[in-house]
Amino acid sequence: MTDSRPIDSVVLVKQVPDTHHITGDAMTRDGTMNRSALPAIFNPEDLNALEMAVQIRERHGGTVSVITMGPPKAANILRESLWRGADRVVLLTDRRFAGADTLATSVVLQKAVEKIGRYDLILAGRQAIDGDTAQVGPQTAEKLGIPQITYAESILEIAGGRITARRALDSGSEIVRCQMPCLLTVVGSANMPRPPSVRRQIAGKLAATPGEYAAIRKQWPEFETDGALEEHLTAHDLRIPVWTADDIGVTADSIGLAGSPTQVHKVNFVILESTESKTIQPTPEAIAAMVAELVHEYIVG
Amino acid sequence: MTDRKSIWVSIEHTDGRIADVSLELTGKARDLADQLGYEVVGLVCGYEVDELAWEVIRHGADRVLLADHPELAHYRTLPYARIAITEARKRRPEIFLVGGTPNGRDFAPRVASALRCGLTADCTELQIGDYHVRREGRTYKDLLYQIRPAFGGNLVATIVNPNTRPQMATVREGVMRMPAADPSRMGVVEPVTSEFEPGDFALEVLSREVRHSTVRLKDAPVIVSGGAGISDADEFALLRELANLLGGEVGASRAAVDAGMIGREYQVGQTGTTVRPRLYIAAGISGAVQHRAGMDESSKIIAINTDPNAPIFQIAHYRVVGDAAEVLPMIIKAVRERAIDGRAAE
Ligand SMILES: Cc1cc2nc3c(=O)[nH]c(=O)nc-3n(C[C@H](O)[C@H](O)[C@H](O)COP(=O)(O)OP(=O)(O)OC[C@H]3O[C@@H](n4cnc5c(N)ncnc54)[C@H](O)[C@@H]3O)c2cc1C
Repeated sequence: MTDSRPIDSVVLVKQVPDTHHITGDAMTRDGTMNRSALPAIFNPEDLNALEMAVQIRERHGGTVSVITMGPPKAANILRESLWRGADRVVLLTDRRFAGADTLATSVVLQKAVEKIGRYDLILAGRQAIDGDTAQVGPQTAEKLGIPQITYAESILEIAGGRITARRALDSGSEIVRCQMPCLLTVVGSANMPRPPSVRRQIAGKLAATPGEYAAIRKQWPEFETDGALEEHLTAHDLRIPVWTADDIGVTADSIGLAGSPTQVHKVNFVILESTESKTIQPTPEAIAAMVAELVHEYIVG
Repeated sequence: MTDRKSIWVSIEHTDGRIADVSLELTGKARDLADQLGYEVVGLVCGYEVDELAWEVIRHGADRVLLADHPELAHYRTLPYARIAITEARKRRPEIFLVGGTPNGRDFAPRVASALRCGLTADCTELQIGDYHVRREGRTYKDLLYQIRPAFGGNLVATIVNPNTRPQMATVREGVMRMPAADPSRMGVVEPVTSEFEPGDFALEVLSREVRHSTVRLKDAPVIVSGGAGISDADEFALLRELANLLGGEVGASRAAVDAGMIGREYQVGQTGTTVRPRLYIAAGISGAVQHRAGMDESSKIIAINTDPNAPIFQIAHYRVVGDAAEVLPMIIKAVRERAIDGRAAE
C-alpha cells in the first residue's frame, strides 16, 4: 500500500529553557527568572516531530533534515538530532535574528527551508514550552504556500503524493488527507521518541559548527589547526553548517526585532493584593473548623 | 460596507452551536469598541448558518460578515483563512480576536502570516491604550494592549502592534465574561462571496469524530487541583475523592499534566481553562503566574503547600502549610463527618 517514492522531511526544532524544572536558583528574589540558570533543552514536542520524521524515513526512505534558529549554543540540539537519526542539520544563527516574534521567526524558517530545496514534508512540534503559542508552524506553512496539518498524532498512509494523518484535538479527532508538500505540527502523544543511539553518539560526538572548533580542539589537541579539524569533520559529515541572514537571503527589516510586528510595551510585576487570609494548622481539628466555616458560608455542602 | 473602524471576532461553531469563547469575545469586543467608537464585526463562515449570525448580533455585534458555502460546512484551515484574508484586506479591521481553541490556534497564525500582522496568543486581558516610542518621538494612540503572563517569574507583559493591522490576539474560553444576549439588538448581516482558489482544497477531511468532553471545569462549583507537589497516582486519587464529595471536578497545574497525572483538558491556567468556582483547592501547586491567571477570581481559595513562601499563599483565603498527602485526608474526613452531622441535624 505504501508509496515507493522516498520522502524528504525537514524538521523545525527549538532549544527552550526547561520550564518544567524551574528550581529555586532559577528564581531571583524579586520573582523574575534567572534564565541562564535554567537548563536549555530540546523542546519536547519537537522530539516527537523528529521521531515521526525518522519513522517515515524508515518506512519510505528519503532524508531527514533538521533546522533550528537560535543562538550558537542551539547547536547542542542539532548534535542531539544527529544522534537521534537526522541525516543533516543546519543552524540558523545571526545577531540580526534576535528578538524575533513568531512572524519574524517564520520568515527565517521559510527561507531556510527554501534553501534546502526539495522536501515533501515539514514537521514541527505543536508548540514550544516557553511560549505555548503554536504559531510558528502555521505561519511557516503560510509563508511557504503549503497546507498544514496541525495536532498531527499519527500517519496512516503516504501514497500518491498525499499524506493521510490523524489529528488529535481536545474536542475529538479528525482523519485528513492532504497533498504534499505540507507541514505537520506534531503532538506529544504521537510517539515515544527513541533515545539517542549510542552508535550514532560515538560516531557523531565531534559534530560541530565552525564556532565550536576552538572548544573542540582544546579537548582533542590532535587537531592542530581549525583546518585539520574542518577537514576531518567534512570527511565524516560532521560539520554543522551555519546559515546567516545573508546565506538565506532575508532582508534585515523582515527578521529579528525589526521584522516583528509585536512589541513589548511594558512588563509589569504582578502585585498580589494580599487577600484576607487565615492560616490553618495542618491538624484534624483546625481542618474541621475550616470545613465548618465553609459550610456555614455556603461555600460547600 | 462602511468606513467605520472595526473590531472583528472570528465566530467558531460546531453542530449549529456557537462556541462560548466566540460570544465571550464578542462581548469583549463590544466593550472595546464602545470606548473607541468602532463597530463590532463577527466573521461567520459555514453552511446554512444565518441563524448563528443573528445570535452574534444579539451578543453585541453591529455587523456579521456571513460566508455561507457548502465548502465551509466544517472548519478547514485554507478555505476559512481565504475568506478572512480576503475580507480583511478589503475592509482593514483594526483588531481581530480569535478564540484560543484548537481550530482558532490553527486559523489565527495562518491569517496573521498572510496579513503580515502581529498575533499574541492566550491573552489574559485586553485593553485599549497608547504607546509612546521615545526613539521615534511618537505616540501611537488607541492600540490594543494584549496582556499575557511573561515567561518566567511574576510578570505580565503588555504586547502591542503599533505598525500593522489588524492587531490580532487569541484568548482562551472562560477568560472573558459571557455577555447577556439582548434579543432587541439590531445589526446588519452582510453576505460575503467566497472566492476560493484550487489550492484551498488541498486537504480533505475523511472522517471526524467529535468527543463531547465530559470535563466542564468552567462550570464546576468546586475545583480540587493538584500540582507537582502531588507525588503519585494514589495521592491524585485523593483529589478526585474530595472533588466528588464536594460535587466538584479535579483540576491540575501544567506540571501535573506534563507528569502524566491527568489529561490536558484538566489544566487550569493561561494555556488551560480559566475557572471561577466558589471554592478552589490548590494542593502542591506553587502558584506560578500562568496558573494563577486561570483561577485567581475563585471566590474562596484553599492552598496546601509545604513551602510557606509559595506564591499561591498570597492569593489564598486559607493557607495550610503542610504535606498534601496528610492534609487532603483530613479535609476528606472533615467533609464526610460534616455530611453525617448535617444529615443528623435535619
Ligand atoms: C507559556 C507558558 C504557559 C503556561 N501555562 C500554564 C497553565 O495554563 N497552567 C499552569 O498551571 N501552568 C502553566 N505554565 C507553567 C507554570 O509556569 C508553572 O511551571 C506550573 O504552573 C508549575 O506547576 P506546579 O505549581 O504544579 O509545580 P511547581 O512549581 O513545581 O510547584 C510544586 C509545589 O508543590 C509544593 N509541594 C511539594 N511537595 C509537596 C507536598 N508533599 N505537599 C504539598 N505541597 C508540596 C512545592 O512547595 C511547590 O510549591 C505555563 C508556563 C509557560 C511558560
